[in-house]
Amino acid sequence: MSVLIDILASAGLWAAVLRIATPLILGTLGALLSERAGVLNLGIEGIMTFGAMIGWLAVYNGADLWTGLLVAALGGAMFGLLHAVLTVTLGLSQHVSGLGVTLFASSFGYYVFRLMVPVAGTPPTIEPFQPIAIPGLSSLPFVGPAFFTQTPPTYLAIALAVVLAYILSRTPVGLAIRMTGENPHAAESQGINPMAVRYGAIIAGSALMGIAGAFLTLSAFNSFFPTMVQGRGWICIALVVFASWKPERALLGALLFAFFDGFQLRLQTVLDGVPYQIFLMIPYLLSIAALAVMARRARVPQALMQPYRRGER
Amino acid sequence: MRFERREHRPAALVIATPLIAVVAALAIAGVLIALAGAPVLTAYGKIFTGTFGSKLSATETLIRATPLILTGLAAAVAFRARLWNIGGEGQFYLGAIAVAAASAHLFAGLAPILQIPLLLIVGALAGMVLLLVPLWLRLRFSVDEVVTTLLLNFVAILFVSMLIDGVLKDPTAFGWPQSEAVDRAARLPKLLARSRLHIGLLIAIAIAFVVHFVQSRTVFGVQSRAAGLNPTGAVFSGVPLGRTLVFVAMISGGLAGLAGAIEVLGVKGYVTTDLSPGYGYSGIVVAMLANLNPLGVVLAALFTATMFVGADGMSRSMGIPTYIADVTVALSLLSMLVAVFFTQYRIRR
Repeated sequence: MSVLIDILASAGLWAAVLRIATPLILGTLGALLSERAGVLNLGIEGIMTFGAMIGWLAVYNGADLWTGLLVAALGGAMFGLLHAVLTVTLGLSQHVSGLGVTLFASSFGYYVFRLMVPVAGTPPTIEPFQPIAIPGLSSLPFVGPAFFTQTPPTYLAIALAVVLAYILSRTPVGLAIRMTGENPHAAESQGINPMAVRYGAIIAGSALMGIAGAFLTLSAFNSFFPTMVQGRGWICIALVVFASWKPERALLGALLFAFFDGFQLRLQTVLDGVPYQIFLMIPYLLSIAALAVMARRARVPQALMQPYRRGER
Repeated sequence: MRFERREHRPAALVIATPLIAVVAALAIAGVLIALAGAPVLTAYGKIFTGTFGSKLSATETLIRATPLILTGLAAAVAFRARLWNIGGEGQFYLGAIAVAAASAHLFAGLAPILQIPLLLIVGALAGMVLLLVPLWLRLRFSVDEVVTTLLLNFVAILFVSMLIDGVLKDPTAFGWPQSEAVDRAARLPKLLARSRLHIGLLIAIAIAFVVHFVQSRTVFGVQSRAAGLNPTGAVFSGVPLGRTLVFVAMISGGLAGLAGAIEVLGVKGYVTTDLSPGYGYSGIVVAMLANLNPLGVVLAALFTATMFVGADGMSRSMGIPTYIADVTVALSLLSMLVAVFFTQYRIRR
């Protein structure tokens, strides 16, 4: 019991929680934005992989870290455009298109990586983002090292959650996105172009997914290796449901999830004799449990997964 | 510019769509090969000779195609009923590890004629169970099975990793995490002497014909199709939706589990966590390329296996990353989606 308290009382755990949560926050926001406009983007896993690769590659070739994030966002947006053409213009199955985008984005990412970086015994590394201590706040006892000594993308992710919550609920753009996701025909009768809104939401959302991936290679680790995204994209899709399609809840959901993940990582070192695979399963099982609890209660955008064709019902 | 639904789907176009899609995918992949600075036609020539150039490479391609036929059928059966089983990879591994465990501890010593069929059933059952969980979550809690089946892939592989590093670990493998070898009597008979080609290929093809028959000639086939096309309408016309989906899930998960079982009994003889180079995921591409037609799955699996085996050889001799095979396969899925769309719609100005 005292072991558990020791873990909970360590600032290291809470600092890790924010670090683990960052890619989940960014990815969940990206998926959420797209779904609020009515389009499920299962390309997320591949887009995160590609973002992780291309952001890292840019920095490896001399770009600075922020340019790396920007390149990852553009890379993500590119695959978002592809997904938008397939699901909005052509109105194809969002499930299958998204899986196709994931398979393409990840394999294309691996291909480019292998082409540009020869096989080596130890993977090449870059100098990642360093933690920035927020003046004043970071010198608070416990809270300072736990929450206010993070790398810049973490602060960015939290800020983006607040901004997206504001945009969706308080601005005309947000209203247009929500209307398109609930009833694109009604939106069109109000002079909104549902196709354009969906394009915008998918592309912007995919850019966030790209940044989510790049956080892994530019801040959490310092090198790229295949399969490093490890299903985080799928967890984000589950978190969107858990968050009931609300950005502020997505932030909380990602933090809660990261708490369990950080906690199990530390528990692993304490509990001997339990196979480590059991601990690694927890995030996935937790996501499934969260889905089972929330799926019926969550308010799904009514036009989610329905293609919109002018004049067709 | 807008799209207009076609009144009639030209039969020639429907048959040609997979070919058009594959050619388009190869053309785009060709650009990527050219960007890597390699001669495109030579590279494609090497993919072909690397696949059919010798008896060895031809049998390797057929060995690769075998699990792809089964995972492709698993996806095709499920997708037809709009059951989005993306968990083929996990079901494959669960089938594989169930067979390894059962052969080493349950059926060891049984004659092949008994042991092999029993093991294949065990593998299929393991895959079934793993898909029934997300189906139950869907029917009971309205949870989208896409995400749950995807997440369960990771759980299943971790579970396998735990077993082969624990209770099922082979003590003679110098510390490597791999399962105990299956009983010698459980290995699938070879199809060709002095090759690795095993009867799994024939089993897979036979199953494709059975699935084709079930889907086109039985009440269940019609019901599963109706469940996919229009669930509400299906219920009104008396289709037991839940029961139909349970059967679909049992077939789909069973086929993916069987793929894992056959891979262990036919090729490897034991389980590691790199037993499958993504057969479960490639099965989805195979199913889509085949337009969910069970017999088409056999051809689509051959194409996909060709790409993978051929790209291996090509990559060794030309310095193009093997991932070009995965890129081409993914591109053929995307171009197939677009090609199918244009059999249903035409462009109007």
